Amino acid sequence: MAEEKIGKIVKVAGPVVVAEGMTGAHMYDVVRVGEENLIGEIVELHGDRASIQVYEDTVGIGPGEKVVNTGAPLSVELGPGLISNIYDGIQRPLSALVEAQGSFIKRGSDIPGLPRDKKWTFEPSVDNGTEVHPGTVVGQVQESTLVLHKIMVPPGVSGTVEGLKAGEYTVTDPIGTVKTKGGEHTLTLMQKWPVRRPRPVTRRLNPNRVLLTGQRVIDAFFPIAKGGTACVPGPFGTGKTVVQHQLAKWVDADIVVYVGCGERGNEMTDVLKEFPELTDPHSGEPLMKRVVLLANTSDMPVAAREASVYTGITIAEYFRDMGLSVGMMADSTSRWAEAMREISTRLEEMPAEEGYPAYLGARIASFYERAGRVVCSGAPEREGALSIIGAVSPPGGDLSDSVVQATLHVVKVFWSLLARLAQQRHFPAIDWLTSYSFYKQYLSETFENKEQGQEFAAMTQQAMTLLEQESQLIEIVRLVGAESISAADRMTLETSKSIREDFLHQNAFHKVDTYTPIEKQYDLLKLILHFHKQGLAAIENGVETGDLFALPVREEIARAKYLDYAEAEKIRGIEVTIDKQVKELYSTVASES
Amino acid sequence: MLKEYKTVSEIAGPLMLVEGVDQAKYGEIVDIEMGDGSVRHGQILQVEKDKVLVQVFEGTEGINIRDTTVRFLGKPMELAVSPDILGRVFSGTGQPKDDGPRILPKMRLNINGNPINPYARDYPNEFIQTGISTIDGLNPLVRGQKLPIFSGSGLPHDDITAQLARQSTVLGKGEAFAVVFAAMGITFEAAQFFINDLTETGAIERAVLFINLANDPAIERIATPRVALTAAEYLAFEEDMHVLVILNDMTNYCEALREISAARKEVPGRRGYPGYLYTDLATIYERAGRVKGKKGSITMVPVLTMPEDDKTHPVPDLTGYITEGQIIMSRPLHRKGIAPPVDVLPSLSRLKDKGIGADKTREDHADLYNQLYAAYARGKEAQELATILGEAALSAEDQKYMKFANEFENRYISQGYYDNRTIMQTLDLGWELLSMFDNAELKRIDEELIEKYMPKFRKKKDGQEPESDAAEAEDQEAENTEANPEETEAPEKPQE
Repeated sequence: MAEEKIGKIVKVAGPVVVAEGMTGAHMYDVVRVGEENLIGEIVELHGDRASIQVYEDTVGIGPGEKVVNTGAPLSVELGPGLISNIYDGIQRPLSALVEAQGSFIKRGSDIPGLPRDKKWTFEPSVDNGTEVHPGTVVGQVQESTLVLHKIMVPPGVSGTVEGLKAGEYTVTDPIGTVKTKGGEHTLTLMQKWPVRRPRPVTRRLNPNRVLLTGQRVIDAFFPIAKGGTACVPGPFGTGKTVVQHQLAKWVDADIVVYVGCGERGNEMTDVLKEFPELTDPHSGEPLMKRVVLLANTSDMPVAAREASVYTGITIAEYFRDMGLSVGMMADSTSRWAEAMREISTRLEEMPAEEGYPAYLGARIASFYERAGRVVCSGAPEREGALSIIGAVSPPGGDLSDSVVQATLHVVKVFWSLLARLAQQRHFPAIDWLTSYSFYKQYLSETFENKEQGQEFAAMTQQAMTLLEQESQLIEIVRLVGAESISAADRMTLETSKSIREDFLHQNAFHKVDTYTPIEKQYDLLKLILHFHKQGLAAIENGVETGDLFALPVREEIARAKYLDYAEAEKIRGIEVTIDKQVKELYSTVASES
Repeated sequence: MLKEYKTVSEIAGPLMLVEGVDQAKYGEIVDIEMGDGSVRHGQILQVEKDKVLVQVFEGTEGINIRDTTVRFLGKPMELAVSPDILGRVFSGTGQPKDDGPRILPKMRLNINGNPINPYARDYPNEFIQTGISTIDGLNPLVRGQKLPIFSGSGLPHDDITAQLARQSTVLGKGEAFAVVFAAMGITFEAAQFFINDLTETGAIERAVLFINLANDPAIERIATPRVALTAAEYLAFEEDMHVLVILNDMTNYCEALREISAARKEVPGRRGYPGYLYTDLATIYERAGRVKGKKGSITMVPVLTMPEDDKTHPVPDLTGYITEGQIIMSRPLHRKGIAPPVDVLPSLSRLKDKGIGADKTREDHADLYNQLYAAYARGKEAQELATILGEAALSAEDQKYMKFANEFENRYISQGYYDNRTIMQTLDLGWELLSMFDNAELKRIDEELIEKYMPKFRKKKDGQEPESDAAEAEDQEAENTEANPEETEAPEKPQE
């Protein structure tokens, strides 16, 4: 593809440029536009006329300027150096851009995604002369203390490996060759892959393991699976971003790819500032050592925003191919859809609903379909998982919005955020009545102790039923007052309140409460339900609900979530206190009668 | 090398088509000379071969096809800046509007600016004391934040923005501060109110005003916020000043944008606004912030009036998705005579947690606002219930919360536009109001904090009747002696 086609601009309208003389160009070829070499991508072809979406601001570009076709689709560089990096939507490292251009992003820069000067220590894991296939692991690089970066044979290359040698290499240095049928392929630490094409796998598997997040409402009620998909729609101010950040911080994955797509600049700064300071609860290392960030804030060019989601998922797939569990967060997919809409409008395509292009649903579906638990291609046999969690920002919080609906068609977990809960400062503001998860059946298997797992599943079911009952009772109480319902119903209301306030409510900014191990979730929920059981029994025996609800142990139940799990015994100890204090109430009944 | 053309071929709405143009560039600025010698300004929206589509800022009224000359200036729209812009009044496109001299430019800046590299941003975490309890106490504003005011027709957003401009300070620092005010389609009265207020306090010396009034050309408004922000960026990042930018009223801006979009016959999005409204607004709002290695900062308070007080209208909706929170004005509170009528529950400052705490405001701040919020939300529900069922039908608990909500509205929210409360006064007022509840009910506050702060307010309340003066004086003393060691000690507390 060495031949460079040079075309000429005929039209400029915002981020879309039309060029003539582009004979031989392919759809989605990357082109350099104008004298300033702006990066663009071909999105439409009519004869030798190509419509190009440009990833940078087009002010000052005019007809007559040249357009050079690179002949290759938009690709990312995959290799050591990804971890801890922060990129824009088309994999330009933002830190390097600051060094090169200063605090503001200027146009026409051409900085590669992976640092070229850094040397990595490579250790081969196969002998020379071994037959290798696409995806076969030939060696490894310790990229960060948390990430052992597997070097794999790129897709499409099979043969026998030769000249593989341990040593210090940059990402472009040859580390060996593969003798293929057609000739020789030089192996480097880096490979390239076009972002719009899913990376190949041997076989896909059903996701059947829960991906723990340490967020109680998610893990206990609406869990996501390793290799599963989830969406978080909600109006602004309901804490979508906090949910996404919490998941990125605490999710039980080897690698987290976080895509800030068309969102606030200050939020990305927050991530950048906070993640290096946080420690991973599973390894005790700084979180940043397993994170790749993509930041294409809302003021950055809209076409690059469209690409950022693909860039992110391709990087995530690459780590999945190493046999790792990868979590990808995209905040927000609505901005991505809007970028699609904006480009579509400029291309003068016939719009479907709300001005979105007719292919919106198909694009969203094929994006989420890139998630999954898979058997990775190549030897040795290994399983990888890629889970996607997408935020959706529907206008006015209206769930009938096209992006929400198209997303709900494909995802298996739905965390619905409610403005009302957010206003009550109930966070995470996930509505327990309308949210759902198709992965709940796998929850019991996350416990080492199978019995405990089954008990936990039963407990969450009971809690769910109580909350459902509450929603009905509360209407009655509103109208006729709490006195007119039965004592048992009052107990239900009180327990539901306790579930809401002492279990579901979780403070992301509290150092203990921000992350709850699944075993602690079990203990907490057990306390609440134990009090419920003992309370009902006491009511049967004539104990006044007022006395029951005023027991000092309730304060202890409420504060249990703030106890460090190192003090697990203390939490379980509260159960004894419950029994004791409730028993004491029995004696008051006896003495009165 | 200026190129002039007399080849206008079409005029429709605010748009003009010029043909046979050589080498025009997208976004380039043009001068339009009319038959009578007067000059208007425009910007290129689209170029296709030799055809150029121009939006005319001053409107196309009176332009004719035969006599009009279009001059292509070969550059995007620029603003001439120097420290002398302080204290001056400009038009919506940045031409001096007062009787002052021309600005001798220190530099000329492209009004579209460049996006700040997220990696170069510094996180906003310096608390700004506005003196308004509902903001300082519940929705703290920090330097570099963008916090819009969602208002409605007939609500006093002008008073509250004036109060913000007048009172905002950063605690314990006497740094250079400036106000940039961009008026878009507001009335002469509203603009004059703001100017007078700044003049009375002497703040006008540190202010730059860009005025596009309701009767000024609507299309000019497209440039106004960009011009104002270019001035703000200059003051913040070149002259090291802390700049407060007030954009009033963004709804008018969006309407101008819609007008252009309709004239271009673009596929409309919701309510006829263009599909790129989000991106367009983001390129304005995201210019707020702090940059690593620069002393200054841009804090932005856009004002917008929600048609029919509808928060889901595209303008407030998209704004809310970009800005870091919102302060919402409430019509019912305004009717009750509560000023400023801030609707506390749906208002939000997303950056609040970063700007408060032991070393910034006080250690109890975060727990306190959570508790106040929760209690007020509960009280509000009780208030609503009371209007249906009557007060007598409420449970004792609901009545207590309703009483709290009333007190909270009358004392905490209501403070008038000239009361400048310190953050300590605001926080103490919060504790005082909460003292009507038992400690056990204050679930959102850490026990230690309750023990530390609550006693003096309980004492005050109980001690009021018998020997008021002596008891209060004692309390006062106890407060003072207590207050100091507290500040130095600051025991370990959960990180924000």
